[in-house]
Formats: sequence, structure tokens, C-alpha cells
Amino acid sequence: MGGMSDQGLHVTGAALMATLMFTVMALCAIVFTWMERKVAGFIQSRYGPMYTGRWQGWAQAVADMLKILGKEDIIPAQADKGLFVFAPILVLLGSLLAWAAIPWSPGFIAADLDLGLFYIFAVSSMVVIGILMAGWASNNKWALYGAARGAAQMVSYEIPLALATIPVILNVGSLNTQDIVIAQQGGMFNWFVFHDPFLFIAFWMYFIASIAETNRGPFDMPETESELVAGYHTEYTGMRFAFFFLAEYANLFLVAIIASVVFLGGWWAPIPGLDFAPALTLVIKGVLLVFLNMWVRWTLPRVRVDQLMHLCWKVMIPVTLLCIVGSGLWMILSGELG
Amino acid sequence: MTGDLIFILLALLTVVPAVWVVSSRNIVHAGFGLLFTLFGAAGLYAYMGADFIAVTQLMVYIGGVLVLILFTVMMTRVPSGGRRTHGLDRYVPAGVFAALVFGVLYKTITSVEWGGSEQPAMPTIAEIGTNFMTSYIFPFEYVSLVLLAALIGAAILIRERRDEQPADGENGTAEREVQQ
Repeated sequence: MGGMSDQGLHVTGAALMATLMFTVMALCAIVFTWMERKVAGFIQSRYGPMYTGRWQGWAQAVADMLKILGKEDIIPAQADKGLFVFAPILVLLGSLLAWAAIPWSPGFIAADLDLGLFYIFAVSSMVVIGILMAGWASNNKWALYGAARGAAQMVSYEIPLALATIPVILNVGSLNTQDIVIAQQGGMFNWFVFHDPFLFIAFWMYFIASIAETNRGPFDMPETESELVAGYHTEYTGMRFAFFFLAEYANLFLVAIIASVVFLGGWWAPIPGLDFAPALTLVIKGVLLVFLNMWVRWTLPRVRVDQLMHLCWKVMIPVTLLCIVGSGLWMILSGELG
Repeated sequence: MTGDLIFILLALLTVVPAVWVVSSRNIVHAGFGLLFTLFGAAGLYAYMGADFIAVTQLMVYIGGVLVLILFTVMMTRVPSGGRRTHGLDRYVPAGVFAALVFGVLYKTITSVEWGGSEQPAMPTIAEIGTNFMTSYIFPFEYVSLVLLAALIGAAILIRERRDEQPADGENGTAEREVQQ
């Protein structure tokens, strides 16, 4: 047992780290909202926001955040008040907890867990409960439909998402996110995405599953504005809506960062000599993956619910299982097992 | 001291919502109450140094079982705020069971030597993995077999339903499952 001051230090450190993660999350939402509008504009041959803040309308997202803070907070009369208020907090909590196990640079990690990846997937599953809670508490048929779709989709796509990372875990022999990054040292050809053909496929499986897991296009059935108004957050306004919004972009960045950590070498630069800013390298990789995600969202039309489930259960899960077996065989045949 | 405080907080987080689960008139509320109870139990596991069990608790119970319970409760038409049956025919068996469970728990708690280990909590996952693949390989494979049987059973159940309603097209099953 350490002294009281040790524990105090520990608690202070944890509180600081949590605050930092929350700030980064909030910043994410602001930066990515602007980025999404500019990317969407570029893809659709228009400008996107151009006025606020002069250069490329960079302050539009900030202005929107300020506006949303001042909006009236409406709770429908027939809503289940307690659950209605708690649901956005739960959704945000689920993604904030997962951020704790992200290795930003050597040693700089909020919670250096041996269970790393497993922990991330486990706490992200709380988001599903939050979405169900929001949909049910709103007492609105669109919200309930959106929540049911969202939950079914996220529960289904969690499987290929987690299975796609198993070949990497096999190769590293650890679930610890730090160990996974350290195993990929020495230039981009040591990254797991280029390790063998099965891992290359597993990376793309992870990427597709992560789009569905974040409920974004072309898999945005939970929100389909043409049929469900806005899905599970139809009834939410002001700050409570902002929480869902924040959670969506936080999750978007989270899955991109996990993809970078697991498959794209984490904090290692593509060329070994350039490893001077590990955290920045990781963030750049994450932002590039987010860009790819937005590119997909604004290019492809939405799929149907049955196509979505078909893709998950009959295509992606078998393929990822094949990747696990293939990668294991590759390890044996290439003599990596020693 | 701090440890006791953490334990009391976690225990309260487990027990208070548990009372809500059994006493709530609204069955969906009872379902959501389980979230806190299960989360508190995970916290207790983590507090005892069983990190793998704690995370598995989150993954299996919150991410799997609870979602399933909520789906079933929301999709079936249960009259919310429905009648509660009061009567001796309910209270007596419930009381007997509660007394039995309490007796077993009391016996166990008082008979165990609660020395507490002096060792700091160590990560358990590597050891669990090694044991699964060596000493406990047979139970491990046996459980896999049971799960595989359950998976095949689920697939068969879905197929039968599809044969009854062939008009919905080949991939309608998943959507029906979601909406039912």
C-alpha cells in the first residue's frame, strides 16, 4: 500500500487524463464537422461553408456549437424523463471509456491495460444500450425504429470488427495496445496491414465494419432521414443532441485510431527516420482514415437493412474467420512461430 | 480506507439498481436497471483484481445479454405498468427461496478465511490463455462444441421461419428479426 499522497497523485493523474481525453473528443467533433462539410462539398462539386471565419469557413463548426449551447432544451411530455436525460450521457460515456486505452505515444496512455483491445470492444458495447435507451425513452415510433436498427446493426458489426483484429493479436501474442504498436516498429512494411495477404483483407474488413459500427453512410440506416426523420435522436434538442453528435464524431475518430494502432503501425512513421512526433503521427493516420470514411459516406448510396445484415453475417464474418485461419497458417508456414 | 470506500460505492452501484430491477412496475425500466447492476458487478470484479472477468462481464452481459433482454422486452407487448400480483401464493415460495439463498451465502461467507492476499493484482489474461490451451483444453473444446450446437440451432430456427413465409424474398429474415 502506498501513502495517501501516492493515491492522491494517481487520482489527480486520472482526472487530468480524463479531462484531456474529453477535450480532445470535443475538439474532434468541431474539427470533423467542418471537415465533413468541406469533404462533402468537394465531392458534390460545391464549396461548403465559406463565410464564417473568412478562410474556408473554418469557424462555422465553432459557431454551430455556440448556437447549439443556447438552444432550448425540449423534453417531450410523453417521454420517459429519467431515461431520456441519461441516454446521451451513457452514449458519450461508452466512447469516452474506450478512449482510455489508446496508446498515443510510447508510455503516454491513460490506462495501460493488458486487456487493451478487448476492453475497448467491451466498453463500446455500452453505446448500444444508450441508443436503445434514447429510442425507447423518446416515446416516438421513428426513434424506436432507429434505435432498434442501430442496436441490431451495432451488435452484428461488433463481431466482424473484433474478429478482424484477431489475426493481429495472434501475431503479437498480446491484447495490450502498446505491445501491438511496438511489434510494428521499423517502417511501413512492418505494419500489420502489409504483413501478409490475410491481414491486408482483415484491415479492409475492419474498415467496412467500423463504418457500420459508427452508424455512418452507406450504413446509416439508424438515422435515414428520408424514412426515420433522424432515428434515435429525433426528439433530442440543444445540448442533449450535441452529446449524440459529439459521441458520433468521437466514435468515428476512435475506430480510425484503433485501425491505425492495430493495422497501420500506431505512432511509428512510414519511414523509420521520421519518428520524432509519435502522437502527431498517430493523429495524422487517424485523420486520413476519417477522410476515407467521409469519402465513402458521400460517394456511396445507402444500402437496405437486409443487405446490411446479409453483408455482415454471410460475407464479412466468414471472410474474417478465414483471415484468422489463414493468418495462423501463414505464421506456421513462414516459421515465425520459431 | 480508500479501498473500503471504493468497495462500498461499487456495492451500492450493484445493489441499489438491483432493488429497482425487482421493484419497478415498468419492465423496460427493470431492464435498464440491470445495466447498473451488471456494471457494478464488473467494477467489483475489477476491484478484486480479476480484470479479465470484469471485461468479459461487460462484453457478455452488457453487450450481449442485456441488449437481448431489452430487445425482447421492447418488442413484446407487455402492458407497461401492468398489474402486480400480491398474495400469499407468491410471497411464500419467494420467501422460502430467498431464505435458502441467503442461508447458503451466509454459510459460505462465514466459513471462508478472509485473509486477503498481500500480492498486488496482476494481469490475468496471459495465464488464463495458457491454461485454456493446456490444462483445461478439454472443457474449453467442450464449451466450444456446446456453443457451436447453439449456433446451428439458431440458424435452423431462422430457416424454418423463412420456409413458412417465402414471399418476403431471400434476405427478409434479418429485417423481420429486427422488427419483431
